[in-house]
Amino acid sequence: MDSPPLPPPILIIEAVEKQFRRGTETLHILQGIDLQVRRGEFVALMGPSGSGKTTLLNLIGGLDRPSRGRVAIDDQRIDQLSDRRLAAWRARHVGFVFQLYNLLPVLTADRNVELPLLLTSLNKARRRQQVALALRVVGLTDRARHYPRQLSGGEQQRVGIARAIVTDPTLLLCDEPTGDLDRKSGDDILDLLQALNRDHGKTIIMVTHDPHASARATRTIYLNKGQLSATAVA
Amino acid sequence: MRFLHLIWSNLKRRKLRTLLTLLSIVVAFILYGYLSAIARAMDQGVSLAGADRLIVRHRVSITQPLPESYLRRILAIPGVQNAAHASWFGGIYQDPRNFFAQMAIIPEAYLDLYPEFLLPADQRLAFIRTRTGAIAGRRTAQKYGWNIGDRIPIQATVWVRQNGESAWEFDLVGIYDGAEEGTDTTNFYFHYDYLDEARAFGQGLVGWYMVRVQDPDQAATVARLIDAEFANSPQETKTETEGAFLRGWAQQIGDITTIMSAILSAVFFTILLVTGNTMAQSVRERTEELGVLKAMGFDNLLTLALVLAESCLLAILGGTAGLAIAWFLIASGDPTGGALPIFYFPRQNLLWGILIACGLGLAAGWLPARQAMRLQIAEALRRI
Repeated sequence: MDSPPLPPPILIIEAVEKQFRRGTETLHILQGIDLQVRRGEFVALMGPSGSGKTTLLNLIGGLDRPSRGRVAIDDQRIDQLSDRRLAAWRARHVGFVFQLYNLLPVLTADRNVELPLLLTSLNKARRRQQVALALRVVGLTDRARHYPRQLSGGEQQRVGIARAIVTDPTLLLCDEPTGDLDRKSGDDILDLLQALNRDHGKTIIMVTHDPHASARATRTIYLNKGQLSATAVA
Repeated sequence: MRFLHLIWSNLKRRKLRTLLTLLSIVVAFILYGYLSAIARAMDQGVSLAGADRLIVRHRVSITQPLPESYLRRILAIPGVQNAAHASWFGGIYQDPRNFFAQMAIIPEAYLDLYPEFLLPADQRLAFIRTRTGAIAGRRTAQKYGWNIGDRIPIQATVWVRQNGESAWEFDLVGIYDGAEEGTDTTNFYFHYDYLDEARAFGQGLVGWYMVRVQDPDQAATVARLIDAEFANSPQETKTETEGAFLRGWAQQIGDITTIMSAILSAVFFTILLVTGNTMAQSVRERTEELGVLKAMGFDNLLTLALVLAESCLLAILGGTAGLAIAWFLIASGDPTGGALPIFYFPRQNLLWGILIACGLGLAAGWLPARQAMRLQIAEALRRI
């Protein structure tokens, strides 16, 4: 029996380089990166500190621009967009999950989740529905009115994930999502990400140091000294 | 409106700091309100002065009297439509602190010259017909609880009676209102004839004259003619428009407007620094949060607008609270107990106050907002 055809790539990175200047010195953070990620994949991006993982994630998420090469998502060259259009693109297509959750401490959980929806044309009632749905997906319906300081680390990260998925983005980008959590909470978060990938078809790219976390992904790629490889470099 | 909750929540981030900044702004705007009211009081209604009215006083000083006989000669001068005189009484009602101006006038001529004093027809008639009659402005009548029909005793400080007594009694027959907000409704007027016949000395003398000219464009010419009429006499005159007279009176204690402007400029500059510092600290503290918002898709202009809106909200809240408090305090009365008869918060200054609050918000928030706008996302998130 024939296997079903593979879905087309959602992310295409070609010959991407990223350089930074520090004084008179030029730092080559990423060199000749080529990468394709298909819709519905859960990709773990691993590598030692300083290998350029977060820089690559920033380029994919449109938070930064490559020095050379092209980054296309859903056939859209995001490296060529103006700042304003890139911001609008991020609002529609990307959800970010950060290592330290990065919730606004002055807002309750539901208000934090609502933030990306403020950039849409949804009215208040629709926004509330969307927020309730996202909180239900991450299992935090009963904690909606709590402030971040009243939540555990694992719960805060769940709110962070709810915020990332509330607009139903094309890509979910996670930067060390379990890096600040104990094993149990980390496992819960990984379970959640896996469920989002498996049950909701979310395309996820996750930066991690942790082989335990990367084991949950459908594919793992390695970055070392700014270059990609299919296997870990010792 | 959809961002209002976010803006408001950010203001509540450091409650004490926001409260202290807010209080500073409130106090600055209360001061602004008071100084505006004092400036208007010192202005003595220059802006409301009749363009067609002249004041004729003794050339040396307004404290020097003029003969009552000048009235007939003034009325005969070409260009003069009407004239009346007034004399300062300077008495005490119950307590020296109860200050209000008392003036002896010729009722009919004086009220014709000052149509801004609104007096019902029956009270006007009663005033003209009653020799011991007097009228009081609404503010003074309310302040002392006077009603029509009351007998008002006033102790003279200068004009003792021929029998040696200094007590004068007047029958209150009318209470006048002002046609405009700035019209002085603190004065007390009574018959000149009553004063002149009963006083122990100074018969036939008056304080100053008010003249209405037929053509306001000819006011300067008529003033020169009046002064020429009495040149080289024992009581030479100085004639000027009512506005110039009142301005000169106010300037005897300095250029109030300039002094007020200097004080307010210093106050608002200080508040600008205080508010700007609050906003700068607030933005610096949440660099990472701003980076996260931008990562979500908040663009540079929206980030700029959010910080500016926060700064404006702070300034407008403080400003309107300060203006409202100033309004109530000023409406409760002249803090000097009568030395500032025209004491109110001019509406124009109130509107200016709101504009100043908006300007303060924009100016204080501009640099932090620009800093937030220029923030590079990757740079901001790297601090995490």
